[in-house]
Amino acid sequence: MVDAAPPLVEVEDLRVRFPTPRGPVEAVRGVSFAMGAERLGIVGESGSGKSTLGRALLRLVPPPGEVAAARLLVDGIDVLRADSRTLCDLRGGRASMVLQDPKFSLNPVMRVGAQIVEALRRHRRIGRREARERALAMLEAVRIREPLRVFHAFPHELSGGMGQRVMIAMMLVAEPRLLIADEPTSALDVTVQMQVLAILDDLVAARGMGLLFISHDLELVASFCDRVLVMYAGRIVETCAARDLASARHPYTRGLLGCLPKLETPVRRLPTLLRDPSWAEGA
Amino acid sequence: MIEVEALEVTWGRGARAHRAVKGIDFALPAGGTFGLVGESGSGKSTVLKAIAGLAPVTGGVIRLSGRPLGARRDKGFRKSVQMVFQDPYGSLHPRHTVDRVLAEACAIHGLDRREARIVRILDEVGLGPAFRFRYPHELSGGQRQRVAIARALIVEPALLLLDEPTSALDVSVQAEILNLLLDLKEAHGLAWIFVSHNLAVVAQMCERVAIMNNGRIVEEVAARDLARANLREPYARQLLAASRGFDRAVARTLVTYD
Repeated sequence: MVDAAPPLVEVEDLRVRFPTPRGPVEAVRGVSFAMGAERLGIVGESGSGKSTLGRALLRLVPPPGEVAAARLLVDGIDVLRADSRTLCDLRGGRASMVLQDPKFSLNPVMRVGAQIVEALRRHRRIGRREARERALAMLEAVRIREPLRVFHAFPHELSGGMGQRVMIAMMLVAEPRLLIADEPTSALDVTVQMQVLAILDDLVAARGMGLLFISHDLELVASFCDRVLVMYAGRIVETCAARDLASARHPYTRGLLGCLPKLETPVRRLPTLLRDPSWAEGA
Repeated sequence: MIEVEALEVTWGRGARAHRAVKGIDFALPAGGTFGLVGESGSGKSTVLKAIAGLAPVTGGVIRLSGRPLGARRDKGFRKSVQMVFQDPYGSLHPRHTVDRVLAEACAIHGLDRREARIVRILDEVGLGPAFRFRYPHELSGGQRQRVAIARALIVEPALLLLDEPTSALDVSVQAEILNLLLDLKEAHGLAWIFVSHNLAVVAQMCERVAIMNNGRIVEEVAARDLARANLREPYARQLLAASRGFDRAVARTLVTYD
């Protein structure tokens, strides 16, 4: 990454708050980071705020959630001050998002091809014929063996791995600069997961995109990403290069890694995580 | 404890029949631990369901303590074999308190000293008396799974069927539940069949492990051979390689096995 290039994402003091009957709950509590054309992983347990953070970047936090930040720029767009037209160009155009389960993200009553074409034509001024050709090329790029058959298929006719590839095709067809992937392979079998990640990796590298990879799986993130942010209770408690995750310093990160069962070095009892209240306050 | 011989399970019939389990064999001694791993659709959960009497067995024999099981499971079977499911949110009655869930298990099996049993089992699964009159929605995922384990163990079974008991939990909670199961096994001399898609979890929890694919056992090994990657079958080796995180070289070599 060249230092002179402006960052793809710039976040400063991001806060997301949800009102509840028992008072407001802050899901994200003062997060700051910047990323460029890299593979950045965000790891944390359920409730750590990692998904909410991903949604906030595209202003997709559902009401009554409130998002506030000193600075929230995605590809140069001030997300919090953008009008709805700019937001529409941002979402799916400059930055797009892949979620865990394609079953809930694809329109069940629309053929796959039509959905990809719609996503493309919403963001790029091109004719039907060209859009169709690009959609087919994209299905081929995610290594679907019979693109034409899948183009005419309904989502329920596809397996989980195929559905997720279609989802990735749809999200990348408009050639965004940033892809936010929230647990994109967690519903898939390990071999399918590996294939989908390889496709994602190739596309990100070939197009010079940024990838924000949100996951609960530390080992996967360590093996797949360049850099990792570890979240706990709505804050980033540690940032490190993915290859250095094994020698992470924060006790929470070390604790999480420690309580995973390991094939090579079995132990009779697994270490457990003793949570220190000071982690939630953090530095 | 339990022997499974040439077990076949077929869901549906006629043109829509699906053979989920295509003839598998394994045996588990009393107090033994056996793991079934595989990807989705491999038939691993169906084997557990077949043993529990929740799946249509269309061939083969299951013997419990030497006696072949018939088409229906009697009360004696349910006293000695209990099951814990993956989803602690779905497996507890939302409008029954922990106390009622546990008391019902005692009532079904005509157990005496219910009060004492409930207090003791709650203590053993690490919940304590404070949780006794709570509803499932007042518990975290890990606490609910502890209640599900307490419900299974209160009837003092000899064999536990564990179907992905920690897959819905965070890894820190998973470690606590796995340790709890190991402690309970030590205290009660339980045997279990542990189903999971996670090889490291199964190796942690079981002495022997069978790797399943497409309704068959591809290879059965001692857990320590799994840890040393001492595997003969190409499918088993591929599954192991794929479960070790992302590796471009491995991704290129993946093939589909039938």
